[in-house]
Amino acid sequence: MAAESVDSGSMAQKPNIFRIKNKIRRAEVYKEMKKEQRKIQKKEKKRKMVEAKALGDKAPPKKIPRTIENTRVYDETMVNSLDEEVRKDEAEDEMSTYFNRKTTPKVLITSGDKPRTRTNQFCKELKKCIPNSQIYYRRGLDLKKIIPQAVSKDFTDIVIINEDSKEPNGLVISHLPDGPTAHFKMSNVRLTKQLKRHGAMTGHMPEVILNNFNTRLGHTVGRLLASIFPHDPDFHGRRAVTFHNQRDFIFFRQHRYMFKNAKRVGLQELGPRFTLKLRSLQKGTFDSKFGEYEWVHKRHEMETSRRKFFL
Amino acid sequence: MARHKMAIHVGNVFVGSETGLLKGVDLEKKACHNLNNIQDVNRTQEICALCWGNREETEVCVGLRNRLVKTYSTEKNEFIECMECAGGSGNITGLAKYNNHFITCVQSGLVQVWNDQEDKKIEINAGENICCMRQNPQQPFLIATGGKENPLKIWDLQNPTEPMFKAKNVKNDWLNLRVPVWVLDMQFLPDSKKIATCTGHHQVRVYDPSASQRRPVLEMEFDEYPITAMSLTSSGNQAVIGNTHGNMALIDLRKGAMVHCYKGFAGAIKSIQCHPTQPLVASCGLDRFLRIHNIDTKALVHKIYLKSRLNCLLFRSEWQSDGLSGKDRNKDNTSENVESGFHSDTDEDEVWEGMEVVGSKQSKSNTGNEDSEKGRKRKTTKSDEKHNSSLKKKQKQV
Repeated sequence: MAAESVDSGSMAQKPNIFRIKNKIRRAEVYKEMKKEQRKIQKKEKKRKMVEAKALGDKAPPKKIPRTIENTRVYDETMVNSLDEEVRKDEAEDEMSTYFNRKTTPKVLITSGDKPRTRTNQFCKELKKCIPNSQIYYRRGLDLKKIIPQAVSKDFTDIVIINEDSKEPNGLVISHLPDGPTAHFKMSNVRLTKQLKRHGAMTGHMPEVILNNFNTRLGHTVGRLLASIFPHDPDFHGRRAVTFHNQRDFIFFRQHRYMFKNAKRVGLQELGPRFTLKLRSLQKGTFDSKFGEYEWVHKRHEMETSRRKFFL
Repeated sequence: MARHKMAIHVGNVFVGSETGLLKGVDLEKKACHNLNNIQDVNRTQEICALCWGNREETEVCVGLRNRLVKTYSTEKNEFIECMECAGGSGNITGLAKYNNHFITCVQSGLVQVWNDQEDKKIEINAGENICCMRQNPQQPFLIATGGKENPLKIWDLQNPTEPMFKAKNVKNDWLNLRVPVWVLDMQFLPDSKKIATCTGHHQVRVYDPSASQRRPVLEMEFDEYPITAMSLTSSGNQAVIGNTHGNMALIDLRKGAMVHCYKGFAGAIKSIQCHPTQPLVASCGLDRFLRIHNIDTKALVHKIYLKSRLNCLLFRSEWQSDGLSGKDRNKDNTSENVESGFHSDTDEDEVWEGMEVVGSKQSKSNTGNEDSEKGRKRKTTKSDEKHNSSLKKKQKQV
């Protein structure tokens, strides 16, 4: 904190802050310095704006700030929407029965054994959020035994919420007849009553928005998430469920939208809010010991670059 | 793709995918081509097994999920034969060629040798739930089968009624429970009767039919996930194994220990093959990449994205180069390239020997050119001279 960054301003003499041993006085001088810096930056900005207005069209173009998403490492698995092979692959994969409208989703929600209050409440909110879903208590049953029973009862997906330290922290979605199983790490779970100015959820079919699932793996995960919700949204209900992928984190939000005029929308958040991160994608239904993994997150091998993402 | 374009593509590695596409990959250009048309294939034609059709490696035999066996000719660049293997159930788990006859093995355990009229010549029932069938490359009448709760059996096609060797399960474990059997892949060790298998319970075992015991001679464990693919290196003492979690490792079959791991995989490894002469190993899997590693240095040499999930691969022994760039580029040329590589190794040794003690840094290229002709002669003593020159260098530095 004591080291000073180069500032664009014209400070004649940079005080050597780190020489002040007294923490309170040091903090005060630092505060003053930052204030000065901010003033100078504001002046610069204003000057630039005035210049740009004056020049009109001849103004220099706005500089684009460098972000991690901008400088993302080139991923060769990025899907080109015109790619025939990928299209054919997706037209025949395990979730194609949903996308061909041959099955409608019927979801089974369950949790780990002996769930705590928060997990229970979360399960109930998920049940409200996902149409045509049912909660079953786990009661110590093996997943490998539950899955054939669910298949025989025509469930298309099973969602399992794992918890640790009284908080839900993991999500396993398994598409049922023989579909892929995705295991997510869940964080930042907020129930409806914890949100400020939240709205009341209704039973209308939601619109599902999937943002930024660009790579081949992202496509598969996106399709898996979309196949939980029914096909036809009820636009009258103005309810939207969003899965937004950024930097390999998937943010789940639910909103009610209202168009105030052609350009402005009002959003009111409903329902739970959580963040997911994909840990593994396994081919076939849940079988963590003997199943074949399509993608596994290996921390030390894969996290070598801050600008490399997989979804 | 137009016909004339397809004629140009030469593959070094043939990969079969789940969508039914057979892909030829040209490693020098790092390009991959679909050898059949995307519109013609679907999931029922998923490629389950691949093998060479002839010794010259110009024909590739493809076993599909709907029990067809097709032969693809690399010279003509099209599928020339198609055969249906009726009988048994489940998909094709093993494919081989014996005296120009196909040997097919399906999951229900029916091993059939077909003759030219698509008629069964020999039929063997190898038990249920077969996961893999392999043929001994040196003695093509021997085949091995194994599967889930189906121990390793070696069959002699000349006496097909009973297995020549049937493995016995290991002793009960430390809790006195029966150890489950699940053979996923096997390989015949060259120049011996031994056979190595890898199991779904993360064990690698070596059996020796000529030894007095039917139990494995060597057993080792690797990681915690089913080992789905195995391939022997050219030396025959080491094997490269891969499991469903994406861990691939080189293990020593004599010591029963892991030498080192290869990195970079994200998904299950379905098929591995080591090159017979060069120290390269090709692997493909569910993460849709074909990777080629150097066996000893663990370095990733090639990594190619092949948009579908990959099931099996074939590595060509001699790498052909593209016919486009001139007619003089042919097999002779590639063998020349291999030899010049050998020359450059001896060039480096010559540099060490040719360097003066008093540290005048001669550029490598100069000394290399001078001594390249003398390369072969000094081969026997090069290690001594290298040692001496390095000693001299050390003395000079001190």
